[in-house]
Amino acid sequence: MPDPIHDVVSSIRRGEQTAQSAVQASLDAIHERNGDLNCFRETYADDAMKRAADIDARIKSGDPNVGPLAGVPIALKDNIVTEFGTTTCGSRMLQNFRSPYTATAAQRLIDAGAIIIGKTNCDEFAMGSSTEHCAFGATRNPWDTSRVPGGSSGGSAAAVAANMTPASLGSDTGGSIRQPASMCGVVGLKPTYGLVSRHGLVAYGSSLDQIGPFAHTVHDAALLMSVIAGPDVKDSTSARMAPRDLLDRIDEPMADLRIGLPKQYRREENASSVNAMLDDAVATFRSLGAKIVELDMPLTEYGIATYYVIATAEASSNLARYDGIRYGHRTTPIAGEELSAFYARNRAEGFGPEVQRRIMLGTYVLSAGYYDAYYKRAMQARRLIKDEFDRAFAQCHAIIGPTSPFPAFPIGSRPDPLSMYLADVYTTNANIAGICGISVPAGFDRSGAHPLPIGLQIQCQAFDEPTLLRVARTFERTRTPNTPDTPRTP
Amino acid sequence: MPDPLTMDEVRHVAKLARLSLSEAQLESYRTQLSAVLDHVAMLGRLDLEGVEPMARPTPPDHAMSVNRLDDDTVEPSIPIERLLENAPQGAVVDDRYIAVPKVLGEES
Repeated sequence: MPDPIHDVVSSIRRGEQTAQSAVQASLDAIHERNGDLNCFRETYADDAMKRAADIDARIKSGDPNVGPLAGVPIALKDNIVTEFGTTTCGSRMLQNFRSPYTATAAQRLIDAGAIIIGKTNCDEFAMGSSTEHCAFGATRNPWDTSRVPGGSSGGSAAAVAANMTPASLGSDTGGSIRQPASMCGVVGLKPTYGLVSRHGLVAYGSSLDQIGPFAHTVHDAALLMSVIAGPDVKDSTSARMAPRDLLDRIDEPMADLRIGLPKQYRREENASSVNAMLDDAVATFRSLGAKIVELDMPLTEYGIATYYVIATAEASSNLARYDGIRYGHRTTPIAGEELSAFYARNRAEGFGPEVQRRIMLGTYVLSAGYYDAYYKRAMQARRLIKDEFDRAFAQCHAIIGPTSPFPAFPIGSRPDPLSMYLADVYTTNANIAGICGISVPAGFDRSGAHPLPIGLQIQCQAFDEPTLLRVARTFERTRTPNTPDTPRTP
Repeated sequence: MPDPLTMDEVRHVAKLARLSLSEAQLESYRTQLSAVLDHVAMLGRLDLEGVEPMARPTPPDHAMSVNRLDDDTVEPSIPIERLLENAPQGAVVDDRYIAVPKVLGEES
């Protein structure tokens, strides 16, 4: 199986291509397709080519320290700050925001020789499941441009799927990496909470947010993870986890593998193609010699309710900083206006409807008289959900299920916020519990005009990325890699 | 199932959230938030008696937590002029300050 990131690095090292040609290929693909797909909000063509020339010169001179990602073009979700370019979070509020510093995860990529080619579109402040709620237009799914790419990291997922870049970073608060990975037919990993520094990730739900990679293969995702993971003094919630080589045993199948399948994951409400994919995945693991352990996880269905209280409460607090005074959108003052009214007009103009809705909900659940009924209760439910995962992982190495209950849906087809939220039913709980999860391409829905990819989600306990990646890799090797240009034959 | 939110409640929340919204926006959020709160009410079915609330996955006493004291050394901070690049247009005064609307006192 080709691993595009690994292959780019190797071919540049061997002198078969240059970093400049790799970056140029990426920029050409973006130039050709971004008009249709709107994956990138901005690109850094000149700087990227300069960086590539520098990498090429260093390789030519025999510099041994060019880094494990030397010459790899990579895209960042538009909520990961860089001191070059702008970082808008897909919001009018930050339309011209130029960060004075670079996120730790982005800096680690740069230090490893990767070349940042641009920022990708996302739902405003990462709040959404479709990459439609953006100040700068929706992103389209490369498999079927009438459909969403999933969200909120839809631009990053679609950019990899459309071969505009071999790699990208997204962020996942309730499924925002795994769900678009599923809908775009790529690999998307949400690391354990604390494994990747959040320094420079614009905050949404701080106890849930994690940065993670998109790639075509599990091996490539592991390569990116081994670069971005690790403690950071600039993030007090980053874990004291020594760097690990996630690649050295990735191709080694797990002995006596036990795969957990919660009966609550195979629901009537899932698309029939999603349940068929799940049956197929179970058969695949059985054929590989794994034991399938049936699990009962009745708290699965409480995830959405728990998540939308905790995430919005944290969002209402995190987004209080946007007042239009020191930075961000500022409207024209009205003479004699109270300062609080001025803030309120800046925020009403700067934030789009989904962000306003979540700030309102979060404000409500934290307000006097409702804190115990909503926020405290959700934090208690969170504990129960985590305990349920702990019990499950006592019986199995990994839990499998659908990433999303359905494949990519048509743009504009879910105007009702609650129906959009329910799309996250299989993904929010990993964030709630702080465990790791990955979506791996597993099959297709062939009921419509175009084949639509479907992802298998694999979840492992906190800090058990080595197992997660080995199980995912084992599964991946039974599937043929695919892109919209070369969909897997039935 | 909780009662739907009233317009007064939504107006109060908008005020707390510092969002200046039209009556039409308030009405739309009232309906949508009521529907979400209906769904959230299912948390009432859980037996939460004595369950310790969980605020974050890795509490400060967790083995993986970074809870350390830094040496009190002076390090360079971000230059003021770099920060002022993000100030709203026309709000920078004397290359060093950000002008804000009058907060205290009567209109002169």
